[in-house]
Amino acid sequence: MSTKKFMYLNRKSSYGTVYAIESLEVVLIAAAFEQDVSLAFIDDGVFQIINDQNTDGIGMKNFSKTFHALGDYDINKLYVSRESLEERGLNEGDIMPLVYEDEDDDWKEKPSVRVISNAELSKIMSEQDVCLSF
Amino acid sequence: MLHTVNKSSFERNSLQSCVNTIDDSSVILLIEDGVISCTNNANLPMIASLAAEGRVYALQGDVDARGVSSKVADNIKLVDYAGFVDLVVEHGATVSWV
Repeated sequence: MSTKKFMYLNRKSSYGTVYAIESLEVVLIAAAFEQDVSLAFIDDGVFQIINDQNTDGIGMKNFSKTFHALGDYDINKLYVSRESLEERGLNEGDIMPLVYEDEDDDWKEKPSVRVISNAELSKIMSEQDVCLSF
Repeated sequence: MLHTVNKSSFERNSLQSCVNTIDDSSVILLIEDGVISCTNNANLPMIASLAAEGRVYALQGDVDARGVSSKVADNIKLVDYAGFVDLVVEHGATVSWV
């Protein structure tokens, strides 16, 4: 099977709708088929990977921890829109420190998250074979 | 009246519509994704004057879930579910801006 470049656009926060967790499910499926997967977090999607989520008070599963597993599935390209962060009063330090182990560099731990401008994101998006928006 | 807003102001205009139409004695309670509006964000001016009058509340559990409990803007009051009930009792009719 040929490899295609898949980008998943995450535009909604985690708990108000079911989009965020459904996106994560589909991402993990695509990874199982060894596709070239990248994730983009724009608009309210940036809240999906913010630090210190605590769902004890709303009786829902805190699935933000699952993002830490993406590195083990060779998913290490997570792009976050700088403009979306700034609009929402957030910055790079509010993002979870997600990492992967680079097999080409003695399994060194490296950051998976890159905060980029919307202009940079549009360039990366244009290089994809498939973009799925959630 | 009590007005509950459960959508992000970055995604829907329900908070703006609510602010545009409420009377001087009404209060707003931000719940679910509505709490995204309770931080120091670009849309805060929408509710800043109401908050200064002590008329904007946010539901603690939803604030915690979204990881913004340390970022809640000045003058926005946090309430738990019991506080939600108190607001309903105090203000009578409730409008849900779904």
